[in-house]
Amino acid sequence: MSEIFGIPIQAFMGQLMLGLVNGSFYATLSLGLAVIFGMLNIINFAHGALYMAGAMLAWMGLNYFGIGYWWSLLLAPLGVGLIGIVIERSMLQWLYKLDHLYGLLLTFGLALILEGLFRDLYGVSGLPYSIPEEFAGAYNLGFMFLPKYRAWVILASLLVCFATWFVIEKTPLGAYLRAATENPKLTQAFGINVPLMVMLTYGFGVALAGFAGVLAAPAMQVSPLMGSNLIIVVFAVVVIGGMGSILGSIVTGLGLGMIEGLTKVFYPEASSTVVFIIMAIVLLVRPAGLFGREK
Amino acid sequence: MATAEEYLRVTGLHAFYGESHILHGMDFSVNRGECVTLLGRNGAGRTTTLKAILGLTGKRTGSIMLNGREVIGWPAHKIAHLGVGYCPEERGIYASLSAEENLMLPPQIASGGVSVDEIYAMFPNLQERRKSQGSRLSGGEQQMLAMARILRTGARLLLLDEISEGLAPVIVQKLGEVIRTLKESGFTIILVEQNFHFAAPLADRMYIVEHGRIVAEIGRDELEQKQALLHEYLGV
Ligand SMILES: Nc1ncnc2c1ncn2[C@@H]1O[C@H](COP(=O)(O)OP(=O)(O)OP(=O)(O)O)[C@@H](O)[C@H]1O
Ligand SMILES: [Mg+2]
Repeated sequence: MSEIFGIPIQAFMGQLMLGLVNGSFYATLSLGLAVIFGMLNIINFAHGALYMAGAMLAWMGLNYFGIGYWWSLLLAPLGVGLIGIVIERSMLQWLYKLDHLYGLLLTFGLALILEGLFRDLYGVSGLPYSIPEEFAGAYNLGFMFLPKYRAWVILASLLVCFATWFVIEKTPLGAYLRAATENPKLTQAFGINVPLMVMLTYGFGVALAGFAGVLAAPAMQVSPLMGSNLIIVVFAVVVIGGMGSILGSIVTGLGLGMIEGLTKVFYPEASSTVVFIIMAIVLLVRPAGLFGREK
Repeated sequence: MATAEEYLRVTGLHAFYGESHILHGMDFSVNRGECVTLLGRNGAGRTTTLKAILGLTGKRTGSIMLNGREVIGWPAHKIAHLGVGYCPEERGIYASLSAEENLMLPPQIASGGVSVDEIYAMFPNLQERRKSQGSRLSGGEQQMLAMARILRTGARLLLLDEISEGLAPVIVQKLGEVIRTLKESGFTIILVEQNFHFAAPLADRMYIVEHGRIVAEIGRDELEQKQALLHEYLGV
């Protein structure tokens, strides 16, 4: 069998894989947004810019300091997390008691500033970042060629997402997090340092974005605009999955990536809008999203 | 009690929620090992008093000496570490945590807490329901869990807000026994109560709260002679 619904199996599987790669980025980014929203009640519009900052830090590390891919995969997310902690301590912490809108506007402004800064420094044409040599080439799976780096992106994202889910849902630390999300005051009255947890949660959430940025660096062009191109789709993913659901954001991210990939095979004209069409339908049928709880 | 040492002394405590001024100079104290009850009508400010001690209200002024330290300016998470356990009026069981996770949530703040085995012996229902989600527990189970989880931590001062409210008589009786056991093992307890008949036999002293102030103090042996006060403020 070499065709599926009249499409060559090579092309079909190729697009499905590409969709899964995109879905991995959607999942990692929307997971970070969900964790941040749950704990801080803030819609982090700076998420795309911090994803870009992760890729940029990896590029800068390589070109200015000779720091390779693997160290960047560790250091760039730490750097982005640190930027996040500074943002939280200096600005966000004053907004928790106000309407969501204030946090959204502030982080949107921060995104513009970050992007403007990198645009000024590096222009918009995109910077090359080569695939680490361990991942050069492709696996021959018989029915298709799977580029090794794509396989790594999917694997690494799934691992990180699963680890995050596991920590939040299955460990005592995660119980603190869930408790602080549900009833911060009482949790603090039990002697748990909730403000510290909030700060670390924001740092961790944006570090996830930074991690996705480093993963993306060899797979796409490193460019100051890479975040704003992606984040619009990620927000649609979050709306579809439902704000605040951990598992929901992972599953929805992966699922929508694959749907997008398949749309490229069957009806390429709609491939860049299909996510938004699904979003409109979900909003009509389940306003709180597929996994969200109505308030 | 001349020999008793104060665990808590509240002096001239004012507390606010935003702009609303709720406590207007509370003065009272609790000695180590004592069980004191705060009685009063709805809206008198008893819950707010507990919250102010814990640092959960808005602005506070005055003095709160806890275990020998002035804590009026402290953030909430530090106060628990002086040995304070809190059972809130609304019970505060986390819906997103299982019963067991709820029980294990409050961090250990001192040694000498009640062990999990002892807790399950005290409240057998909780052991049966330990895998249930917090939101699935009955009102009585939630109340027992809210009590149980602060016994584990080594807290020595328990702030208990309306623990008998809305519960079946058997469960109220059970909670009364638990309080008695806790007193015997040396816990210091503040009982905020609506239910005079539940609180009276347990309390060493009673304070009556009205409009954010203490308006009367009644010792355990003065119940007869201060009957009129009780009638005036509480209608009992
Ligand atoms: N979060 C809040 N914001 C503003 N006002 C509040 C808040 N909580 C309580 N109050 C007000 O403070 C006053 C005292 O309330 P509090 O809950 O301390 O009373 P209480 O003695 O515990 O009575 P109850 O029997 O109703 O529990 C009431 O007038 C109440 O309306
Ligand atoms: Mg009350």
